[in-house]
Amino acid sequence: MTVQAIDKKSEAETALAGAFEAMKGKGASALRQASWEFFARKGLPTRRVEAWHYTDLRASLRSVAPLGAPGAITLPPATDGRLRLVVADGAFRPELSDVAALPAGVELSSLADVLAKDDAAVLAALGLPENAGADAVVALNAALMQDGVVLRVAPATEVAKTIEILLLSTGGEARSSFTRSLVLVGDGAKARIVETSLALTPSGAQENHVLAFSIGAGAEVEHIADIGPQSESAIRLFSLLVTAQAKAVFKSLGFIEGGGLVRRQIFARLAGEEASVALDGVSLLGGKHHADTTLVVEHAAANCKSRERFRSVLDGQSTGVFQGKVVVRPGAQKTDGSMQSRALLLSENATMNNKPELEIFADDVVCGHGATCGRLDADQLFYLVARGLPKHEAEALLIEGFAGEIIEAIGEEAARDVYFERIRSWLANRGDGK
Amino acid sequence: MIEIKNLHVSIGERKILDGLNLTVKDGEVAAIMGPNGTGKSTLSYVISGREGYDVTEGEVLLDGENILGLEPHERAAKGVFLAFQYPVEIPGVATMTFLKAAVNAQRRSRGEEELQTPDFMKMVREASTKLGINMDMLKRALNVGFSGGEKKRMDILQMSLLQPKFGILDETDSGLDIDALRIVSEGVNALRSPDRGFLVITHYQRLLDYIKPDTVHVMAKGKIQKTGGPELALELEKSGYRDYVGEAA
Repeated sequence: MTVQAIDKKSEAETALAGAFEAMKGKGASALRQASWEFFARKGLPTRRVEAWHYTDLRASLRSVAPLGAPGAITLPPATDGRLRLVVADGAFRPELSDVAALPAGVELSSLADVLAKDDAAVLAALGLPENAGADAVVALNAALMQDGVVLRVAPATEVAKTIEILLLSTGGEARSSFTRSLVLVGDGAKARIVETSLALTPSGAQENHVLAFSIGAGAEVEHIADIGPQSESAIRLFSLLVTAQAKAVFKSLGFIEGGGLVRRQIFARLAGEEASVALDGVSLLGGKHHADTTLVVEHAAANCKSRERFRSVLDGQSTGVFQGKVVVRPGAQKTDGSMQSRALLLSENATMNNKPELEIFADDVVCGHGATCGRLDADQLFYLVARGLPKHEAEALLIEGFAGEIIEAIGEEAARDVYFERIRSWLANRGDGK
Repeated sequence: MIEIKNLHVSIGERKILDGLNLTVKDGEVAAIMGPNGTGKSTLSYVISGREGYDVTEGEVLLDGENILGLEPHERAAKGVFLAFQYPVEIPGVATMTFLKAAVNAQRRSRGEEELQTPDFMKMVREASTKLGINMDMLKRALNVGFSGGEKKRMDILQMSLLQPKFGILDETDSGLDIDALRIVSEGVNALRSPDRGFLVITHYQRLLDYIKPDTVHVMAKGKIQKTGGPELALELEKSGYRDYVGEAA
């Protein structure tokens, strides 16, 4: 391992300083400046930063692709029944979005507009939740944020249709993008938000996306982060920031399908009593793809519940990472927390790093965690082949079942079908060095 | 008809089957009884093609064709069916999905057309009703959370859908109470037919009160030591396996 002097800026860090100079005049200057100074002090995370131990971003991000807006875009077909908001290479594109179709009670602005107006209330919500405050990538995003969407769901509004934030990478030449979106859900409201990251053409795109949810008392939010296929050279960072007030319910599924170097981080804070979060994830990786899910769930109030269930399927020379930390603050009594990460290794050369952690500062709690890592079960496999299924079909059925248990929990029926189909087609294409 | 000729099987350095000979004719129910650790389960796995067993000598002929070189799914398509001692739980795979995949995989393998969903459902409904299996159960993950009796019934349901030439019941009575044993046995008896043979592996005479064998074979030390009619099972129940365990070198 080479030892790098921390005070020497890497080429990428120098380039990021240049990007900051270009962005710092584009609204929210105080937040940008403070965030940049924080980032500049910390630098890009290396393996010496514990939370980034298995994903050395400084080593991976050698140079920085230019910021840039795309030209003409042909959108892929929409999933039935969804309203789509398009953010392409870092710019919100209202003309491609279903803006007019948004129902009453849902208010939309572009982040760029909000920043230009220096709206104090939104800026406060954009500020980092306490538990993500130490993360350099979230700070870098705040310093360089270009655009995104700000959605406000009025209290007691039930949004029937799923709203999809489509984060497009147009490809061709590799670009950098920094998007930040904010969803403010009023008390007692209900909404389904899907965040889809899609490459129209594969490229070595460098993306840093933040999606923040502020969920009011008794509100219910279901979220899917769909991180689709991308070139192995891409670097894609997704940060999900969640604050849930009393009796709020937040459910989230991360679906990662061989997306280059993917880091998905979740900072969820249960801020009011009887709030609950359920964080699920499925990763399908082959080739040299790398997917890191790192999450911190903070129980800051009593009687809250958290559930994490992550499944990784690893083929080829891929690498999976799961780091989960459940923190129970003093006074967060009657916390009910359970965390599970399971990995299925389909190849000798695939790697999984599992690191579950509990930090408990209250004495009346029930918390558990489990992590497993292994091959397909020989008894299960034999049972299926003995019934007439050829080996590859039997394996596919078992893998589909392994990942499918998580997909079953999705509330949106059309989405369940989509992900089962994605799993099947991934399985059908597996084994060709994908 | 299945003919096992001079079968020698090892796991690593350890010899398990030592020149076993056995013929089960179409329409015949043959019972194999024997003490623990004598290779009864090995025999059922070797016939159905499980990995990890070295067949060093001998052959297993199904209607005259040696099946030892075939993959397990090919043997299944040719009509070999193993009812497991402990059917495995498969989380995340709905029973119905699995049943359809198995039936159609075998049909494909035999060059037959796959069954369409309505025909398949009709077939499953009929077979399930006969075995007293609620259709709701088939929506659940295969064997997950099922009782011992339900798991065995599910295996018999599979057998009745797959209509094998030759069924092996590997200690089907383990983990079953009397009621479950009766239901499972009735399911097997309903499948007895002049063109289907069965090999019933068991420790105890009890199962054979329900599934009446035509022939009984005593297995010990990796081979068949004695062959007789149903009366042999009753004899064993009284005298135990001592004579056979002591006998061979």
